[in-house]
Parts: sequence; C-alpha cells; structure tokens
Amino acid sequence: MTPLAGYLLVAALVFAIGLAGALTRRNAILVLIGIELMLNAANLNLIAFWRYGAHPEALTGMMFAVFSIAVAAAEAAVGLGLVISIYRHLRTADLDKMNRMKG
Amino acid sequence: MTIVFWILAALTVAGGLAAVTLRNTVHCALAVTAAFAGLALLFLQLDAQFAGFAQILVYIGAVAILVVFAILLTRGSETAEHGVFSRTWLAGLVIAAAVFAVLGWAVLRSADTLSPEAAAPAVAVKDIGNALVTRYVLPLEIVALLLTAAMVGAVIVAMHEKGDTK
Repeated sequence: MTPLAGYLLVAALVFAIGLAGALTRRNAILVLIGIELMLNAANLNLIAFWRYGAHPEALTGMMFAVFSIAVAAAEAAVGLGLVISIYRHLRTADLDKMNRMKG
Repeated sequence: MTIVFWILAALTVAGGLAAVTLRNTVHCALAVTAAFAGLALLFLQLDAQFAGFAQILVYIGAVAILVVFAILLTRGSETAEHGVFSRTWLAGLVIAAAVFAVLGWAVLRSADTLSPEAAAPAVAVKDIGNALVTRYVLPLEIVALLLTAAMVGAVIVAMHEKGDTK
C-alpha cells in the first residue's frame, strides 16, 4: 500500500466516524463535533494529495486546506452560537425535542 | 508506511470513535481534542508544517474551547434520560458504514494508480506567505470578511434578546 492510500483510508475512516456522530447523536453540540471531524478528514485528503501529487510547489492543496480551516472556524462559531440561542429558547439541546419551526 | 503513521492514525481514529460514542459530553469534547491533535500531527508528518500548526492553533486552541463553553452554557454534561443516541441511530449507522465502504473501495481500487513515494516538497512558510499576498490575495480578503461577519453574527445570535428577563 502506498503512503497516499494509507492517508486516504484514514481520512475516509474519520469522515465515516464524523458522519455517524452527526447522524446518531441527540445533543446538538455533538452533531457539530461530528461535522468538524468530517471537515478535518477532507483537510487531511487535501494535504495528502498536495504532498504526493504533482507540482507541490504550486501550493494549491495546502492553500485549499488553510482556507478550509478558516471557514470551519467561522462555521463552528456560528453553529455553537445557534445552539446556545436555541437552548435559551427551548431549554434543551436535544435535537429530537426540536420538532417545531414555530418560535 | 512508517510506524509513526500507524500510531498517529490509531490516535486519530480512537479519538474520533470516543468522541461519537462516549456518554458524557465533556469526555466527548476531550476525545475530539485528541483527534484534532492526531490530525495536526498527521499534517506535520505530511511535511505541511504551516497547516499542522494552523490546525493546532485553530482547532485545539479555539474550536475545542468554544465546544467546552457551549457544553457549559447548555448544561450538556447532564446525560439525557432517553440515552445519548437519537431514535434513528440505526439508519445513521448504516449510512455512515455505506459511505465508508464506498470510499474505502474507491481508494483500494485506485491504489495502483496513486503516486508512490515522492520527495518531500521544499516549501517554506515564506513561500506560503508570498503566495497568500500575491496569487491568493482575493480569497484571503474574502476569508477576512467572512471571519468578521461570522464573529459579529455569532455574537448577535447568542446575545440576549431585548425584553428577555432571564
């Protein structure tokens, strides 16, 4: 197995774990943690392809990963702010109990 | 494949698994921090020093702290009375397993065409800085605007509403 295939397999596994967490947990914060894990797995793919692909000096994959980290940070801040806002409104962070669109 | 890679991969996967399976939310936050650290070390192992240290700064320094604050503010450390998994957990597990099966199959099928061992790219942080202010200057400005907007938006969303007596 080449090193690139190893990194891609690890990234696929982390992505699947994050997806399982996002789909099965009740707590909204843990769903966000699952989404963060999926974003990180995608970053690992980008860096691995940058390292083992052609023309690493062009920095394409590296820049993609760095911008992806910045966007993920913005997503985490807004997502956790929304969770806190919903908790203040409904007194729960349980997604199964958030079954109304009405405020 | 070096032994270091397997150790880091095991740390990352174990941290991720613990983060999605543990019952206590605070333990989940600690486990996901371990997974983030494993991913940062994998980045360093891939000769991507800048991305690795950015990962440590942003994820372990900021996102993990944000998650812990959110857990404290929502009293999420109390274990739910109906269990921690949602009613549709079996469907979610099946979907995640199917996604992993497809991804793993695709990687293993194309393993022969993936490029073998390559020499480490000679990229210094100086080159990354140069690229950020020349070729990637427009994305950089957009990310700056996005981060400002996200910060203001998060504060407004989480702020107490007017007339809120609590």
